[in-house]
Amino acid sequence: MMMIHRWRRSGEFVRSACKSLSSLRPEHNSMSPPVSGFVNRYESKGKTFQSNAWNDHNRELDLGRNLGMMQQYKSFGSSSASKVQRNPLFSSLEPKDVSYFKEILGDKHVIEDEERLETANTDWMHKYRGSSKLMLLPKNTEEVSQILKYCDSRSLAVVPQGGNTGLVGGSVPVFDEVIINVGLMNKVLSFDEVSGVLVCEAGCILENLATFLDTKGFVMPLDLGAKGSCHIGGNVSTNAGGLRLIRYGSLHGTVLGLEAVTANGNVLDMLGTLRKDNTGYDLKHLFIGSEGSLGIVTKVSILTQPKMSSVNLAFIACKDFLSCQKLLVEAKRNLGEILSAFEFLDNNSMDLVLNHLDGVRNPVSSSENFYILIETTGSGETYDREKLEAFLLKSLEQGLVSDGVIAQDINQASSFWRIREGITEALQKAGACYKYDLSLPVEEIYNIVNDLRGRLGDLANVMGYGHLGDGLIEPYVYEWTSKHRGSISAEHGLGVMKANEIFYSKSPETVALMVSIKKLLDPKGILNPYKVLPHSFFSP
Amino acid sequence: MKILVAVKRVVDYAVKIRVKPDKTGVDTQNVKMSMNPFCEIALEEALRIKEAGFAKEVVAVSIGPSQCVDTLRTGLAMGADRGIHVEASYSFLPLTIAKILKSLADVENPGLIFLGKQAIDDDCNQTGQMVAALLGWPQATFASKVVLDKDKQSATVDREVDEGLETLSVDLPAVITTDLRLNQPRYATLPNIMKAKSKPIKKMTLEDLKVDIKSDIEIVEVTEPPKRKSGVIVSSVDELIYKLKNEAHVV
Repeated sequence: MMMIHRWRRSGEFVRSACKSLSSLRPEHNSMSPPVSGFVNRYESKGKTFQSNAWNDHNRELDLGRNLGMMQQYKSFGSSSASKVQRNPLFSSLEPKDVSYFKEILGDKHVIEDEERLETANTDWMHKYRGSSKLMLLPKNTEEVSQILKYCDSRSLAVVPQGGNTGLVGGSVPVFDEVIINVGLMNKVLSFDEVSGVLVCEAGCILENLATFLDTKGFVMPLDLGAKGSCHIGGNVSTNAGGLRLIRYGSLHGTVLGLEAVTANGNVLDMLGTLRKDNTGYDLKHLFIGSEGSLGIVTKVSILTQPKMSSVNLAFIACKDFLSCQKLLVEAKRNLGEILSAFEFLDNNSMDLVLNHLDGVRNPVSSSENFYILIETTGSGETYDREKLEAFLLKSLEQGLVSDGVIAQDINQASSFWRIREGITEALQKAGACYKYDLSLPVEEIYNIVNDLRGRLGDLANVMGYGHLGDGLIEPYVYEWTSKHRGSISAEHGLGVMKANEIFYSKSPETVALMVSIKKLLDPKGILNPYKVLPHSFFSP
Repeated sequence: MKILVAVKRVVDYAVKIRVKPDKTGVDTQNVKMSMNPFCEIALEEALRIKEAGFAKEVVAVSIGPSQCVDTLRTGLAMGADRGIHVEASYSFLPLTIAKILKSLADVENPGLIFLGKQAIDDDCNQTGQMVAALLGWPQATFASKVVLDKDKQSATVDREVDEGLETLSVDLPAVITTDLRLNQPRYATLPNIMKAKSKPIKKMTLEDLKVDIKSDIEIVEVTEPPKRKSGVIVSSVDELIYKLKNEAHVV
């Protein structure tokens, strides 16, 4: 869901609005400033991100195209909380550093070319841009270790980078951090056809892994719209969820081991391939979801699932959100083990996709308020089909579903998925957008969209869509989320976008421990600085 | 008028096929099967003609093993009125199919027979033409546009040919085979899937139709096409000329 309108709170509010999920801090009021207080000023600056003032990134200077009537808004609040300064303790790049890197990596893999750097410095959404002057392309773990050992000794900040498809500005430099891109480390190391355990380097592209596994009759336990570009190392580092989470669970469960390099160049070999291994603290979990701030993941060992041939997909229309929720419950109950995806999008999202993408049509003939994608994966073609049909027909009779279609072949199924997966792409084309991913208790999920619509009226186009099956809806208001016991980042991570917002979802004690762990593993703070955890803990 | 539409159950268009190790054919075990895309287009056209008021009934027919009933159900879910399943234990070649369809046409007396221009598994592109010949009916193949004239009992069909578009006028009854650009098939909606459950599918055997299935053609072997060899980088123009002359034999 995107709020085309971005709003910010003042720093003061951020500090005082810390809410833990379990208790409210007694010494602070739970302030709920009116929505209108957060409308930020927008200036239409044309199509591309021109500003070099990183500090202003939170003010959404990048607008893309105009949004019709929305061009200027009155500014009410300031956004001082978002200002981050370059840490003066970090060194600046010197020629001797570049020479050293060329020595260990070879000239070809030390990139100073401006065009290539521009791409590497800019995130996928074109919202964030750093000013790094150097990108390194290591070919193996040993090289990553040498790079980090050197950078640590020189106090050079670095940004680990994979496919650069992140949505929270976590994969691009904030200032001049050296970019370490693992794209060359893209080999599959081993695959066990009995257990389904795949061991590969972190730079493998998710879609390539899926294609490789397909020939063996297996599937990756995760799938996302960015699969053509994202790396498995990045997926693991951000604990990516995606479309199949409802069926296969999260990476914390499916990743059996990993190899990571810490800030001082130490190689941590935690690359187990065993399903069961209770020997000591399971440290890999620290790295899964740490967004590159505790170490660079170089190898991954992941449990893959046998491919099941019978896949069915239905595109359903529902009148209201309550029906969607009931449908979810009934689907889990009736489809049980064969349910593999349950996605939802609202009318605004559908309109957006129809307007901005080519060759896309609404599978359901009438326009409805909500659309649901239900996918089943099983081994019995006819049996699964009948089960899905019976379930949907019953739902139709009960009035839970107002209309729907079932894909008759893979092409039709792909076109249904294109609609859901294409929302992010359509958003980018539509112009200025603020994309949030939040998770909330299922019953609360759509209330926030309606809430926002009520308050913003004509000013913004608010839409909701997401992995309803996991309780995720993108995007939302942090405060609303926090008040309703949700997470401000269900899947995309905190990155730079939400680094200071962690208190909306985690208690101060928890965050303090996170900071201690970070300082233990990365005393100089060179790994992906200014991200994940609040800036105040690390400013000198 | 009644329209007869022949639909074939084939390996789904999007599947990456593999040849069986014994080279007798393509591996269809645990592989997604769907209605041939061109047959979908044929059925869609028949349904549109019926909705325009030119026909009273659309009958879908499929020839093959029992799983063909799934394909017929898809056809019924799209909107066909009834289905006919002709039981056959293995895949027949076009001439046999054409003979079966001719027998059916003698029984059902349709005003139009629609088929896809070819099946994506064998790419024969023969069945429609053979049916027309056996029946002695006119044929319009590779149709990209069909316009019916009720009074004159004829159809004007635009055909996609190598040189462009050719427009034919055929008297009914006729055989029309459909090409890609004719229409975009509709999805099977839930209400229609529900209605389809009560539509009849009649089972017929080859004995009922009195068709001789002996074929003069035998499939000897099925192999994959030779794998593309990777290119070679030459180090100089002289080496290129040498290779073109002595290895590729093109100069």
